[in-house]
Amino acid sequence: MNGVDEHDEARERIEIDLLLEAIQRRYGYDFRGYALASLRRRLWHRTYGEGLQTLSGLQERVLHDPACMDRLLRDLSINVTEMFRDPSFHRALRERVFPLLRTYPFVRVWNAGCSTGEEIYSLAIALREEGLLDRTRIYATDIDDGALERARSGSFPLDRMQRYTENYQRAGGSDAFSSYYTASGASARFDPALAAGMVFAQHNLVTDGSFNEFQLIVCRNVLIYFGPKLQEEVLGLFGQSMTRRGILALGRKESIRHSTHADEYEPLVESEKIFRRRS
Amino acid sequence: MSATGLVAIGASWGGLRALETVLGALPEDFAAPVVIAQHRQADATDGTLVRLLDARCALTVCEAEDKQELDPGLVLVAPPDYHLLVEPGAVALSVDPPLNYSRPAIDVLFGSVAHAYGERAVGVVLTGANADGALGLAQIAGRGGTAIVQDPETAERREMPEAALWATPEARVLELTQIAPALTGLAGTREESAR
Ligand SMILES: C[S@@+](CC[C@H](N)C(=O)[O-])C[C@H]1O[C@@H](n2cnc3c(N)ncnc32)[C@H](O)[C@@H]1O
Repeated sequence: MNGVDEHDEARERIEIDLLLEAIQRRYGYDFRGYALASLRRRLWHRTYGEGLQTLSGLQERVLHDPACMDRLLRDLSINVTEMFRDPSFHRALRERVFPLLRTYPFVRVWNAGCSTGEEIYSLAIALREEGLLDRTRIYATDIDDGALERARSGSFPLDRMQRYTENYQRAGGSDAFSSYYTASGASARFDPALAAGMVFAQHNLVTDGSFNEFQLIVCRNVLIYFGPKLQEEVLGLFGQSMTRRGILALGRKESIRHSTHADEYEPLVESEKIFRRRS
Repeated sequence: MSATGLVAIGASWGGLRALETVLGALPEDFAAPVVIAQHRQADATDGTLVRLLDARCALTVCEAEDKQELDPGLVLVAPPDYHLLVEPGAVALSVDPPLNYSRPAIDVLFGSVAHAYGERAVGVVLTGANADGALGLAQIAGRGGTAIVQDPETAERREMPEAALWATPEARVLELTQIAPALTGLAGTREESAR
């Protein structure tokens, strides 16, 4: 029984490795350094979703059918997000980070792994209220162009607005949140003026390089999907993409503590995972 | 080395009291790491649960951070609004959509535990008013791990233990106060394992 189990385990590992290599060689997406536990769940999810029994079966279909690859890609990019997610984080940005940004004549922010755009619109609203939006350019990138498409539209589900209003208020927002959008069917369309300084682009943190230097990089709940080695590489990329004394903001439960890059940063708001480069 | 590599506990309604009883009775030198998925509100981010548990037990209890290492005697609790998964030796978090209306979901945790720890895994299902954890416990048992279920008669809510027993009839059924001694029997203490 145990012999069989271990055998299965080893075989599954082979199947996962081969599948990821096939995806990388055929489509260029490199998932090999992703955290295995989640990745494995997503791969099996797609396998069953395709009516298949084995990961090898999924490999065959993915190789021969780009539409299947699209479906897998959608499964692998977990787009779950919300406006002013973790209000205390957004409050800390406003109270502790924006005053530092104010010292620059022109501000560049990178929202890496922006998903469907709720986060970048949250940033833009707070920047506007603090009088910084006019001189800020926010670059929003994600691996998933379907998500980017929705981010570009600036429309979010109307039924989420009650929750977002609460988040906004807890994050230190003082205006009427409803003044930022107009209801149109089941969507809330956000004020296009908020998007004036936004740039959307597909960018893969694993395979694409640095493309600018930023005073603030916000990358939340993306690194959790990466294994330690890949996290290390992406933190290196962020380091290369920051101005002197740049600021890095991660998700509530992410950390740089175990990284060799840890020494390059000092905590700015430790409890919110906001760090500042020492040089 | 202990035959038990990891103890995973799932709890829902009534879980705080049940967890206090179980964790509070584990010895300071308990030889296995412990991971916990307790259902709670997504915005319960002030750390109350972890503080209460930490105050009541000899082991160190904290909220799991991504890629944090699993050390013997360390109790890692899934943060609200995140799934907790394990890989051999460390945890991994995810914000995948809720499963069984829950994030953290016990099934997500247990599924990863079954895969990463096989026969060295122990899964425990405590009180709760839903069926989360049933599937995951069956996966742990199916890979040769040990399945323990709180006796539904002694549970604040019996639905979750009952669902777990339905999915894993061979699970050991224990009264709440018997669970800690059973876990200590399985995992041992570090003093024993040093001998
Ligand atoms: C859970 S969402 C996080 C959204 C938002 N930052 C938040 O915290 O609410 C994770 C996002 O990371 C993106 N992602 C995953 N792998 C990526 C990669 N290699 N490069 C860029 N984005 C990636 C996914 O497409 C997804 O939109």
